[in-house]
Amino acid sequence: MAEVSLKQVKKSFGAAAVIHGIDLAIADGEFLVLVGPSGCGKSTLLRMVAGLEEATEGEISISGKVVTRLEPKDRDIAMVFQNYALYPHMSVYDNMAYGLRIRGLNKEEIDQRVKKAAESLQLAHLLDRKPRQLSGGQRQRVAMGRAIVRQPAVFLFDEPLSNLDAKLRVQMRIEIKRLQRSLGVTSIYVTHDQVEAMTLADRLVVMNAGKAEQIGTPMELYNHPATLFVAGFIGSPSMNFFPANAAGGTLELPGGQRWTLSRQVAAQGDVTMGIRPEHLTLAGANSPAGHAILPLYVELIEPLGAETLVHGRLEGGKAELTARVDGEAAPVKAGSTMRFAVDPRHLHLFDRTSGARLQ
Amino acid sequence: MRKVGFNNKLLPYILIAPQLAVTIVFFYWPASQAVWQSFLIQDAFGTATEFVWLENYETLFKDPSYFNALVVTVVFSTAVAALSLGVALLLAVQADKHIHGAGPYKTLLMWPYAVAPAVAGVLWLFMFQPSLGVLAKQLRGMGVDWNPLLNGTHAMILCIIAATWKQISYNFLFFLAGLQSIPKSLIEAAAIDGAGPTRRFWTVIFPLLSPTAFFLLVVNVVYVFFETFGIIDAVTHGGPAKATETLVFKVFQDGRLGGDLGGSAAQSVILMFMVIALTAIQFKYIERKVHY
Repeated sequence: MAEVSLKQVKKSFGAAAVIHGIDLAIADGEFLVLVGPSGCGKSTLLRMVAGLEEATEGEISISGKVVTRLEPKDRDIAMVFQNYALYPHMSVYDNMAYGLRIRGLNKEEIDQRVKKAAESLQLAHLLDRKPRQLSGGQRQRVAMGRAIVRQPAVFLFDEPLSNLDAKLRVQMRIEIKRLQRSLGVTSIYVTHDQVEAMTLADRLVVMNAGKAEQIGTPMELYNHPATLFVAGFIGSPSMNFFPANAAGGTLELPGGQRWTLSRQVAAQGDVTMGIRPEHLTLAGANSPAGHAILPLYVELIEPLGAETLVHGRLEGGKAELTARVDGEAAPVKAGSTMRFAVDPRHLHLFDRTSGARLQ
Repeated sequence: MRKVGFNNKLLPYILIAPQLAVTIVFFYWPASQAVWQSFLIQDAFGTATEFVWLENYETLFKDPSYFNALVVTVVFSTAVAALSLGVALLLAVQADKHIHGAGPYKTLLMWPYAVAPAVAGVLWLFMFQPSLGVLAKQLRGMGVDWNPLLNGTHAMILCIIAATWKQISYNFLFFLAGLQSIPKSLIEAAAIDGAGPTRRFWTVIFPLLSPTAFFLLVVNVVYVFFETFGIIDAVTHGGPAKATETLVFKVFQDGRLGGDLGGSAAQSVILMFMVIALTAIQFKYIERKVHY
């Protein structure tokens, strides 16, 4: 059983602290995704688990064994790198067999493991090739194969799909998830792509500036973002934010609109209000009672086929807004004002200064 | 490969003309001159010249001092090439690590390359001069009867040190560039795969460095055969008792000082073919083991 646990793990390079104390407990077989903008420390955190970077403080343990000061080879992990890091002078077979040979496995065992992994990754016909003779997707698979044959306790992925084109990325994403499910190996996956993060993760850690902003399942993060940062990061297109003023049960919007909230809001004074684009629906005559109405001056529309993105401004104010509506819905025209309805349940409120979620 | 044609038939010839001219003037012409001269015997005053076919070569092969020069050259070049490549690689691997003061360290290591061969020779000559030299004094203090002026082996060691020291910078530069072009993630992948530093070096780093190492091997062989002349001339003049007389030094000794132009020309022709053959062998056998 391979649980991974991090206790108050910190990292600084010289005087600059890049990771400010992360606590994590990853269950056996869990697929955990670290997501955040570049420079948030997610790769550094992963590299500390791998043993490629030494933790300045804190404790990392894998399968109950403290590995904080151990060499990468003694941690029973395998890693897939962003640039795949295949040995260019070795054949695909040798790339996969390299780690096994070092471990001193016998020839038949190595052969059997490599062939089996190659089979499952559709690499069987490429075993004699050199990495440079392979396409990006194939190289990616070899990198996966090299990790699989080792049968490690933990898989570590460092942005493994970011060098692939969009179509291949979606395909490999599904393949990785399927593979991880069938092998049941605990995995930690780093990405800056929130779609990749949402689709792959059992649980997500959204990181920002060396801190874990929120840890939870993709749907928890989507429905109840704990901070303004998480709210803006998860979901595409990202959540609309505008300043509002809360007083008792009413919200005053910058355009002067007033909403009476059905639920009790403890917040008073200046707040930031957030609504996801997909929660803005075109208001018809039969909009359910209790839905708030937002008049939107439409500046630009982006038809995507199944859906249409509507960009505009809140009437009477400067707040920009994006709505995501059904592509088949009533035609939206740029330059017109449209009324959008919002279910108050989908309203998110955040503290203006701290960015923390207000209930 | 896409073929691009020139509309002007003359233009391609004009474009390669300068390169061709340089090669002809500085290689083919002198080389053919040497071949021609190696068939001639001229008296010391240049008044009588006689065409003798291969007599110069016959004399050479019967001459024990020529054989001596060949042995000296083999010992000298093997030692210099092996040492300068080995030490340069070691230094480059160290410099490639994250160390404090890596900048000055690298700069200092490159300096010897800017020193003229004769100056390098004189520098080492001073340090190892039996009665005055700083290092010679240390050696004598340790009980070694150090005297490169009388002891042939000592003289050889001195020449090897000077020639190696001079070439290390050049090799170091190339090895360092080669090391820096190896992606760090490859080393990390090997570390995760369980390879220790030594194993990583021999199974991942060195194979990826092999094109550089091969190029340097060819360059170094040419260097020790020809360009070490200045060092030997400054340090030992081929002595004592021809103990450090390499082939290229003998060419100079016999031709310029001995006045035997025909014999000297024959020697340079042999030397030229030797280097061509060595380079060809390196390309044929060693290049196969190189991973590009």
